Amino acid sequence: MKKYVALAALLVVSGFFLLSAIEMHSFGSPAEEDMDRYFIENAQEETSTNNVVTSIVFDYRGFDTLGEATVLFTAVVGVSLLFRRLRK
Amino acid sequence: MMSKIVRTITNILYSSILIFGFYIIMHGHLTPGGGFQGGAVVASGIALVLIAYGYDTAKDWIKKSNLSILESIGGLAFIGVAFLGIGTTFFYNFLANSGTLFGNPTVIGINPGDLNTAGVLPLMSWAVGLKVLAGLGSIILLMAYGIKKGDEK
Amino acid sequence: MIGNLPFVACAVLIILGLYTLIFKRNLIKIVIGLNLVQCGVNLFLITLGYKSDSIAPIYTMAGKEEMVLPTPQALTLTSIVIGLATTALILSFAILIYKHYKTADASKVRRLRG
Repeated sequence: MKKYVALAALLVVSGFFLLSAIEMHSFGSPAEEDMDRYFIENAQEETSTNNVVTSIVFDYRGFDTLGEATVLFTAVVGVSLLFRRLRK
Repeated sequence: MMSKIVRTITNILYSSILIFGFYIIMHGHLTPGGGFQGGAVVASGIALVLIAYGYDTAKDWIKKSNLSILESIGGLAFIGVAFLGIGTTFFYNFLANSGTLFGNPTVIGINPGDLNTAGVLPLMSWAVGLKVLAGLGSIILLMAYGIKKGDEK
Repeated sequence: MIGNLPFVACAVLIILGLYTLIFKRNLIKIVIGLNLVQCGVNLFLITLGYKSDSIAPIYTMAGKEEMVLPTPQALTLTSIVIGLATTALILSFAILIYKHYKTADASKVRRLRG
């Protein structure tokens, strides 16, 4: 019984996913690209970087990278804490 | 510990993988790549040594405490470089177009690329690369340690 | 003309991951399902930023000036590293659960004592 309920829920969710994927804006023409056009046109001048993705990761959105480094550090601390009690 | 073939190929490939990872970190502002990707490549080299030689040998080869120190240095260097630009804002790119270290101006448009550009971005790339390679390496070593302790009991 | 087939592929990947999460009981398979969902989301983010007849947003020896959107790629980089960290933590939990209960079956791990 529980399995059928789960299967029905999965089917409904899959239907929504597939429908929204089909009804999306067409592949290859993004909807909003003003911000990205600004990045592509001005990244070389403002950060003097050829790689626009790196300029976004480390310069325009540096706080994202800081949070990401924090998450990685937290994961390392968590793993070492989990295996600490094995060390006699 | 795996067979002699795997160990020999590991001896040949290990330095190449490390050099390739550091190349990806160094050229992050010119070619596809950056700190995370290069750090992951170097960590995959550490995983190769661990798989080929087993935990006991790899533990002597790669010290876990050194990796912890390296990760702390990477994180502190990242925040420190970000704080160096606090005269304007946090994360300000104060070295770009300044003429000093990494300070050459970039040619606007399609160009062959110059390593000595991009301001603080290569420094941050190195900091994040050290942090990621140390973090992933110590995660892999710790998990191998946990599995090995489980086998003994 | 492929239409919206890439979006449908991402949706199928996410659905397969959800199926694995719901119906499988092995801890390693649950982790694989979680990674499938995460891969689908990452692929969807990259696919959202694609512009036809464009190249990767890197100016070094580029062929032309038409470039795909760089922001989804940068955010996907963040997402990949965070997924890696969470996967490492989940696998560590799986190792500890297996060592403590001598089984990798999630339905047999009823009593979660420390």
